[in-house]
Amino acid sequence: MPGQANFASVDGLHTFPRLLLNHAKTRPAAPAMREKYLGIWQTWSWADVNERVRALACGLASLGFKRGDNLAIIGDNRPHLYMMMTAAQCLGGVPVPLYQDAVAAEMLFVLQDASIRFAVVEDQEQVDKMLEVMGEVGTLEHVIYDDPRGMRHYTQPFLHDIHELMEMGRIHDRNHPDFLNTEIEKGHYDDVSVMLYTSGTTGKPKGVCQTHAAFIAAAQGGVQVDKLGADGDILSYLPMAWVGDHLFSYAQALVAGFTINCPESGETVMTDLREIGPTCYFAPPRVFESLLTSVMIRMEDAGKFKQKMFHHFMAVAKRCGADILDGKSVGFGDRLQYWLGNLLVYGPLRNVLGMSRIKVAYTAGAAIGPELFRFYRSMGINLKQFYGQTETCAYVCLQPDGQIKFDSVGQPAPGVEIKIADNGEVLVKGPMLLKEYYKRPDATAESLNADGYFMTGDAGFLDEDGHLKIIDRAKDVGKLSNGAMFAPNYIENKLKFFQHIKEVVCFGHDRDMVCAFVNIDVGAVGNWAERRGIAYSGYADLAGKPEVLELIRECVEQINADLVHDTMVADSQIHRFLVLHKELDPDDDELTRTRKVRRNFVAEKYKVLIDALYSGKSNQFIETEVKFEDGRRGKVSADLKIIDAKTFPIVKKAA
Amino acid sequence: MSKKIGDVILDLQNISLRFGGVKALTDISFNVREHEIRAIIGPNGAGKSSMLNVINGVYHPQEGKIFWHGNERKKMEPHMAAQQNIARTFQNIALFKGMTVLDNIMTGRITKMKSNFIEHALWFGRARKEELEHRQKVEEVIDFLEIQHIRKTPVGRLPYGLQKRVELARALAAEPSMLLLDEPMAGMNVEEKQDMCRFILDVNDQFGTTIVLIEHDMGVVMDISDRVVVLDYGKKIGDGVPDEVKNNEDVIKAYLGAGH
Repeated sequence: MPGQANFASVDGLHTFPRLLLNHAKTRPAAPAMREKYLGIWQTWSWADVNERVRALACGLASLGFKRGDNLAIIGDNRPHLYMMMTAAQCLGGVPVPLYQDAVAAEMLFVLQDASIRFAVVEDQEQVDKMLEVMGEVGTLEHVIYDDPRGMRHYTQPFLHDIHELMEMGRIHDRNHPDFLNTEIEKGHYDDVSVMLYTSGTTGKPKGVCQTHAAFIAAAQGGVQVDKLGADGDILSYLPMAWVGDHLFSYAQALVAGFTINCPESGETVMTDLREIGPTCYFAPPRVFESLLTSVMIRMEDAGKFKQKMFHHFMAVAKRCGADILDGKSVGFGDRLQYWLGNLLVYGPLRNVLGMSRIKVAYTAGAAIGPELFRFYRSMGINLKQFYGQTETCAYVCLQPDGQIKFDSVGQPAPGVEIKIADNGEVLVKGPMLLKEYYKRPDATAESLNADGYFMTGDAGFLDEDGHLKIIDRAKDVGKLSNGAMFAPNYIENKLKFFQHIKEVVCFGHDRDMVCAFVNIDVGAVGNWAERRGIAYSGYADLAGKPEVLELIRECVEQINADLVHDTMVADSQIHRFLVLHKELDPDDDELTRTRKVRRNFVAEKYKVLIDALYSGKSNQFIETEVKFEDGRRGKVSADLKIIDAKTFPIVKKAA
Repeated sequence: MSKKIGDVILDLQNISLRFGGVKALTDISFNVREHEIRAIIGPNGAGKSSMLNVINGVYHPQEGKIFWHGNERKKMEPHMAAQQNIARTFQNIALFKGMTVLDNIMTGRITKMKSNFIEHALWFGRARKEELEHRQKVEEVIDFLEIQHIRKTPVGRLPYGLQKRVELARALAAEPSMLLLDEPMAGMNVEEKQDMCRFILDVNDQFGTTIVLIEHDMGVVMDISDRVVVLDYGKKIGDGVPDEVKNNEDVIKAYLGAGH
């Protein structure tokens, strides 16, 4: 697979360190990274970044970091941590970013699996985690930290301030001026450039080894299709361990040469988004959903006139906005209305969302509700879906401008071949495929079929225009006991579009009807309850209020009415549901770190509730252990009411 | 943690305070050493807040002497306390509700500003340069207390726990050498309390600020204080390191009632 990347356009620049050198040489003063520090955006030019990467790489080398070593990177998106990735690659090492909000015990597996000797972490919090697992990770020798705050009393000799490391590196560089260039020269496009651990929806996480060639190919393809230029800005705020962030904030940034912007902290992302006004933005559907929810909540607080205006123009946008963006023909009257709406509503709204300069926005990681998707596009934001896995550098399908379908993930990206297996599974092949799973030849062999196609595990089909439609995870698609198809994700996504519903888990495989667990969105429902003068004391209390249950029942019934029209899934109407007493949480292992439901785990954990749903009971008591953020444990209990939802008779296909 | 506690910087000797016929404080003596965390505890109405008000010059005791860095202190006003680098927070939050977090914290710098009212109003001359310098300091405090995300939010819209943190930020902006905290954790949930404890310890550790605090949560007090003084009905009934105080008969009686 290596060697297929299109290197003609980057002319021998086939590793990331070489790409960086090239930017530093050809456009040294252009901004490469920004970070907000003490309230002010600080900028590093490509020359600055190059100088620091050099210092960091030499510093690592003088501590004994060698070709083939893995470098753990743990923290929020910080310029120094991105620089560290390139620094490791300069020396022929492999950066291994980890999810920074995981507790120490969860990191243990990856640290052991990757035989980590060096770890670069953001701050004291992460240093403490490293100290906690140090005994169990025998290989760990050095821990380097970026933020010295609170580190005054740490005297362990294996802890290094990143600035000290750079100083060490600069001295090393002065004494051995040829060292680093030789190391960079040794780098080959077929070397592993990064190892990203799969979030582990099933079983233990696996380290996905991706080569320079693979990620550069994926980045080039994306840059070509969406014409991303060197003058762009991207806000880098999603976990560095996620393949999407690595593709956009690292690979594409180095290939296209645009600027990455690191927010001040996790809580300031919205403000920072507005200040930067990125040209390219990506977020999982969840983020777009919560943005929309917050807009809708605030709209409800607005005056009557504003509300009227908002709803009027949103209706206009719904009618013709998406067509205008796609360049289709739209009548003069609608165009005029849309123009006015743009002036009064969409423009200001885009500005509030920080999307005034957006050329393209992406979403991936989960299916996005069509309504949600349409909302952003109709407002003039060029939101696109793309499709891919960690194993494919998040690069399989892209939606080309003007050919956006709400329910497909687009056409195969340049260089990618797609095939649908007999069981409906999507198979892909191309330059962006993984080299291997780290130390897991068995898993590598399992994931590729005889013809060298990667088996995605997603069920889907290609439509008449060659667009790929994803239905669900292949293993999640089940059958109801009457033989009808049951695609839980499909139904859950429909429900999750309601602003009051945050998460849904549907059950129905081998059963005679579909039942569901619902998590309310505590922000939206809380606001709704306040407006009605319903007092509540917390999530569990709010979730149990009869008024709230009624509200959710209406949502479910609306979906049932909707499902009737689609013969494929008409049998999947939700008959009974309950509202869970706690939010599903990655800390309790119910969601993955990328916030996907661990379906089997949830089914196991809440077996009593499922039994109650299917046995016709009207309520069920449950007590659940929860883990708090600081690691303590507690219990929540509730007597959950089970609600019957109205279902609709299935309209049989009219001959 | 090994920190060096210095000499006595504040020494209160035989303080008595009366409001008309009501005796708020009777013959109380204790001292505060440099860099330590000193807690004042006691049941409701014991005179804790009065004690704090004596320290920062709101109340003037009828009897007793106060030594600040070895010099006897004359009758003084609260703004003089501020100039002597004593800052405080209040039991009932005393922020400007309509102003943003940033502006509220900026007010903590007021004693440090040299330019006059007119210069400020006209945004002229040294006022401009000065404001930038002060803003820098304020941003450092914002970073320290991790409240970047609410920088531009009006204080009135913030939840209680955050307002308390903003109040601490304002006090810190004055770069005090002594910080008086009146029930910094009242009404907070466990997580907010933990955060606040961490900030108090960090302030003490990183800036060497001496801290005098009043707090009802015994767990917190015993955990973070170096020494504790216990008041009851305006009298001192205990003084010492947390372990001593915990086992003091009088203290147990005051808290759990006689006959226990």
